[in-house]
Amino acid sequence: MTVAAPPRPEAPPPARSSVGRLVAARLLHWWRRLTAMRTAIVLLFLLALAAVPGSLLPQRSLSQNKVNAYLTDNPELAPVLDRLYLFDVFSSPWFAAIYLLLFVSLIGCVLPRGLEHARALRAAPPPAPRNLLRLPDSGQLPAPLPPGDALDVVEEELRVRRFRVVRREGELSAEKGYLKETGNVLFHLSLVALLLGLAGGKLWGYEGSILVTEGQGFCNSFQQYDTYSSGALVDSADLSPLCVDLQDFRAEYEPNLTASSFTARIRYGPPGKDGVPTTIGVNEPLRVDGDRVYVTGHGYSPMFSVQTPDGTRYDDLSVPFLPTNPGTMASEGALKLPDVGTASDDQLALEGLFAPTGVVRDKILDSIDPRPLSPQVAIFVYQGYLGLDSGIPQSVYSLDQSQIDRGRLTRVAAANLELGQSTTLPDGTTIAFTGYREFAALQLSHDPGQIWVLGAAVAMLLGLLGMLLLRRERVFARAEPGPTDGGSVLTVASLLRGSGENGPRFAALADDLRNAVEDRARTRTETGGPPA
Amino acid sequence: MTPNQSLAELSDQLFTIGVALYSLAVIAFCAQLAFGRRPALVGAGAPVGFVAEPERGRRWGVAAMVLTALGAVSQAGVLVTRGLAADRLPWGNMYEFATATVLVAVVAYLVLAVRSPGLRHIGVFVLAPVVLSLVLIGLFLYAEAGPLVAALRSYWLAIHVSTAILGFGIFFVSGIASVLYLVTTRHEDRVAAGEASESGILARLPAAAVLDRVAHRTAVFGFPVWTFAVIAGAIWAESAWGRFWGWDPKETWAFIAWVVYAAYLHARTTAGWRGRPAAWVNVTGLVVMIFNLLFVNMVSTGLHSYAGVG
Ligand code: HEM
Repeated sequence: MTVAAPPRPEAPPPARSSVGRLVAARLLHWWRRLTAMRTAIVLLFLLALAAVPGSLLPQRSLSQNKVNAYLTDNPELAPVLDRLYLFDVFSSPWFAAIYLLLFVSLIGCVLPRGLEHARALRAAPPPAPRNLLRLPDSGQLPAPLPPGDALDVVEEELRVRRFRVVRREGELSAEKGYLKETGNVLFHLSLVALLLGLAGGKLWGYEGSILVTEGQGFCNSFQQYDTYSSGALVDSADLSPLCVDLQDFRAEYEPNLTASSFTARIRYGPPGKDGVPTTIGVNEPLRVDGDRVYVTGHGYSPMFSVQTPDGTRYDDLSVPFLPTNPGTMASEGALKLPDVGTASDDQLALEGLFAPTGVVRDKILDSIDPRPLSPQVAIFVYQGYLGLDSGIPQSVYSLDQSQIDRGRLTRVAAANLELGQSTTLPDGTTIAFTGYREFAALQLSHDPGQIWVLGAAVAMLLGLLGMLLLRRERVFARAEPGPTDGGSVLTVASLLRGSGENGPRFAALADDLRNAVEDRARTRTETGGPPA
Repeated sequence: MTPNQSLAELSDQLFTIGVALYSLAVIAFCAQLAFGRRPALVGAGAPVGFVAEPERGRRWGVAAMVLTALGAVSQAGVLVTRGLAADRLPWGNMYEFATATVLVAVVAYLVLAVRSPGLRHIGVFVLAPVVLSLVLIGLFLYAEAGPLVAALRSYWLAIHVSTAILGFGIFFVSGIASVLYLVTTRHEDRVAAGEASESGILARLPAAAVLDRVAHRTAVFGFPVWTFAVIAGAIWAESAWGRFWGWDPKETWAFIAWVVYAAYLHARTTAGWRGRPAAWVNVTGLVVMIFNLLFVNMVSTGLHSYAGVG
């Protein structure tokens, strides 16, 4: 089918003198441009093109670290790209401009079509054109039946095929496939609904992540999360009262060390309550009241104990080490102990590598297996000033390099320790590697829009199937008295909307009609009806 | 569990046999083109009918179809034995995904060729890229039969990945039809201008209008399948990764492909875009799909990096 924009009235002639009319004519002109199918194709193309840099350049929404690395590696180019929002493509004003224009175009295009369709649904199929044989698919067949009876047969045949039929004087019009157009309108409007669902989810949704070691827990509040992001309309007082305690975490592996499952046993419930026990894992989040809790990763927290020369012991000092190699779970991290020493320039810290199954080659520790078969650590121990109260935020997972560079934090020992071993610092402090715990990276997400998005997506798919698989077809028939007495000549024509070839289908319909007419004529003569 | 070695080896042998059968089919299709005659079209809007070919060309054509079908059986065997060897669905890494996609393309071609015999003539243009793809897959994407990583252990693997494979395979045939359409329209123009002769290999292709219709029909079938695959992927991502859409590179390119195919379907029904411009949009769609399979899996890192290559 030739898709032209629905017929619209001619623009008023450029009016004499009236500026207002001139502006109106301009606006109308642009509105037509925008809602033309051609514009839609161009906008679709622009949208596809605009998404490309979002996959080729690092994006803040995916990894802030990668963006930072890119900024340091390309000091000249990167700031320019950043000003063009190329590290935030999908939330950039120009990306939004493209899809908003596309959706305005879509609404402007589909609403009139939908209204017209609603009218057509109630209206009867239009009368047959005067000259049916001018239609591309048409033909004549002699019928040994009077005109009225011949049309009866055609009507029955078409009704069996689910056509809507209207009889008029000596002729008939039939139509089917209204659902095709309904599908088109449903599909396009569902796209709008989907966009609204996405926008709602962005505005009222939030997400927080936190590393939780076995035996610990967290409650749903922005202060507790390691990182979080929230929509513009989220009021932090509205966060649902939910606390989660991690009881234990288990990772299982295939013989070739592919991780086969992660399961976290948790208890969850409102603060202060004992909580309901359950198990969550990959592909199996906890879903409660619009919130979802996921396990997004895991790792080890090595445990140390420290004994100062005066005999004070600090036990169970532990901190999550982040996996640097997910295959072997070799992990890096830093343990900062500002309170161990007696003065602010007498603080203790260690930084290093944890290997769940350690091997030492050339004095370098590495891990060969993600399972904790033979845990070892390689640590550098530092003493001095950690800079924690300097006002500059620090990463929890590494030491402040500037304090080391300035000589305020100095390395006093380096050691590879197996479980239970310890090392002694020059001042007599001993540090022992006493064990490890597993931690889980948990994420709590709240997205009130997602159920709407799902509903819109399903409606969109249904509309798409209707639009693409159904055919919209009109059939006209006219019966006139034929050359033989009591016989008639049937003229039949069919019109198909949308692409697709109609020839073979029309031929089949014509065959069926001929057979049906002949059958009817035969039964009539057999049952002794009026002779044909 | 440990993969069953003998089954895994059988799978690899079937892969080689499949490639060999397809290669023979390519030779037979070439012979058919060489000995056959130009298929004449009867009537413009009429069903696509062809005058009978000379006996020799016809026999080569039948041989080519049989070889293609046998190749497809053998290639299906690759996936079945793989699946049995590792006791899971055979699309856990790129080697398996790509092999399955090519199989869908071959089956889509076979279905088309059985339904409209006139299209058998384009066999060499489908099978030659198929052989090339399979050789490249065997050389560069090969991965041992092995177990799946945790995130893939979900029934959504069956739903999302199989529909993605199906959509991709269908778009593959659609894209090739559009490429051939572009070639034949140019040839027809040159014949009309008296610059090219009416014989030759190009003259033996189906008429441009037929190719255009095949490209559109297959894309119309592929589009809802692809739409469903993307939606299923989003549903799975919601439970595996904690969000249903996050502009991960693979998701981004799936979206780009979807938008390009939507543009193609619009272009096909819009005056001024019908014909060659629309065909170029469809070819762009195929390029995007292939880029998504190769580049995004192998070069960029995202949550979808299950390629198992390298
Ligand atoms: C988000 C953007 C859009 C998408 C993804 C989209 C998708 C589609 C698809 C897949 C089809 C089916 C084509 C076929 O029947 O072969 C279609 C049909 C159609 N679209 Fe869109 N569309 C979009 C925007 C628009 C806009 C902006 C307009 C109006 C300017 C429009 C007007 C139409 C019309 C009139 C049809 C019917 C074609 C026919 O009956 O053959 N669409 N659309």
